[in-house]
Amino acid sequence: MNTEVCEITCIVCPTGCKVRVVREGSKVIEVSGNTCKRGETYASQEAVAPQRTLTTSVKVTEGDFALVSVKSATLVPKARLFDLMKAVQKLWVAAPIRIGDIVVHDVLGLGIDLVATRTVRKTGE
Amino acid sequence: MKTEYDLIVIGGGPAGLAAATAAYDQGLRDILIVERDRFLGGILNQCIHTGFGLQEFREELTGPEYAQRFVDKTLEDGIPFFLDTMVLAVRPDRTIVAISPELGRLELHAKAIVLSMGCRERTRAAIMVPGTRPAGVMTAGTAQRYMNVEGYLPGRNIVILGSGDIGLIMARRFTLEGARVNAVLEIMPYSTGLTRNIVQCLDDYGIPLLLNHTVTSVHGGKRVTGVSVAQVDDHRRPVPGTEREIACDTLITSVGLVPENELSKIAGVQLDPITGGAVVNQRLQTSVPGIFACGNVLQVHDLVDNVSEESQRAGRSAALYVQDKLPQTLRNIRVVPSPGIHYVVPQCVDVTEQTETIKLFMRPSDVFKGAFVELRTDSREEPLARFRRSRLTPGEMVVLTVQGTVFAAVEADISVGVKVS
Repeated sequence: MNTEVCEITCIVCPTGCKVRVVREGSKVIEVSGNTCKRGETYASQEAVAPQRTLTTSVKVTEGDFALVSVKSATLVPKARLFDLMKAVQKLWVAAPIRIGDIVVHDVLGLGIDLVATRTVRKTGE
Repeated sequence: MKTEYDLIVIGGGPAGLAAATAAYDQGLRDILIVERDRFLGGILNQCIHTGFGLQEFREELTGPEYAQRFVDKTLEDGIPFFLDTMVLAVRPDRTIVAISPELGRLELHAKAIVLSMGCRERTRAAIMVPGTRPAGVMTAGTAQRYMNVEGYLPGRNIVILGSGDIGLIMARRFTLEGARVNAVLEIMPYSTGLTRNIVQCLDDYGIPLLLNHTVTSVHGGKRVTGVSVAQVDDHRRPVPGTEREIACDTLITSVGLVPENELSKIAGVQLDPITGGAVVNQRLQTSVPGIFACGNVLQVHDLVDNVSEESQRAGRSAALYVQDKLPQTLRNIRVVPSPGIHYVVPQCVDVTEQTETIKLFMRPSDVFKGAFVELRTDSREEPLARFRRSRLTPGEMVVLTVQGTVFAAVEADISVGVKVS
């Protein structure tokens, strides 16, 4: 099988290393240019099947904030980000919500939970 | 009502909370935080994306999560705070005048004050973009607040002027919410945003970054209908013949941050014309005794982690000042930028009996590859210290950790410059 070279800018930290990944189909053969282990993991994944953490917000009823900010508890396949957003935009959740609470279980059956990244109190509490 | 405090911290954002909690850890108990918004945590509340805390907590957090760590510590320590309270004046004698709907007009006094008011975005008016004045022109931070705190989508067809980090983050945020981002324009030949943000906010969604481009005119009556954009030359002047119109309903500006030092000026604090913030020593002491400054009101940081670290030092220093435990200053050395470096904070170093490691924060004035940042003094041929950096860019702050012996050994000013190897 032919090998393919991917030039990837690492987004794990602000350093932004230029990482070179050599792959054969979905098999990573060589990673170079990274300056840490996390960069290697990221670039290997990115070359084969890109994933991102999704952060967005969900509308809240009766909260001291109009929205609760959320993040995906696990990485989301990049190609599914917009599907997830469409599903999340329709949602309403009721206050109170505590930071770390799972706001939505298993969105779209992808096995991904959305976790609150802020506490929203019930109005008047 | 209580009016006397050991320490009053102005601003309950990341800087203020880090300063207050660090002062508490240093043994101070009589502390007050004054915050003008209706919640603690400041701008982090609207920065719902990840990327915070890698240095401070060794994990990647969102803005609200990062803020919560410091809010929790503040609550655990039982440090009192006033919300919805706006400080109107800080006097050189450390009297503070503030106002709040609940408490009315307040006149408070403190033995020490930490200034941690943060910064403000430059606006369209500040960069004088010509054209009409319709609704739909706003700063990236304003759009971020609408979308992430208040729950409104402020536009559907967007052009972003300026490629600072907030602009890049908002390009992604608008796109995810279903709006169309036509382009991000940058007048400089490089982006001032972090590379990772260009990758994950623009490249991921195919949003073009047009370097050497600017908005030459805003169109529209009640609402923005479009903007004229043009390429610029080396002097940042529009190149005739390159102008074209992009239809849009919203122009977002992300064109820089300015430390918000109105109160510092009233207090008589000496400001650095380049940073727009106070002139400080390594203990974050300003020119007014007992007044300290930290966070984005002192210098605009790239990373909140650096804000926390700097502010903890300010809080500790303020506590030591109140406790009368700060070491005696033997002499004062100025740290001045020389070619290649735009500014250095702290602007001066107090040499004492203790030799302490000192962190110097600076911004390069241009892009350099494979360069050394050198500390020099007039009386010596060789640099006092040199630090190799593979890449320097104005968009990324440089932090040098300098051994205290370097400062102990010199009598005159130290200059910090770039030498390309």
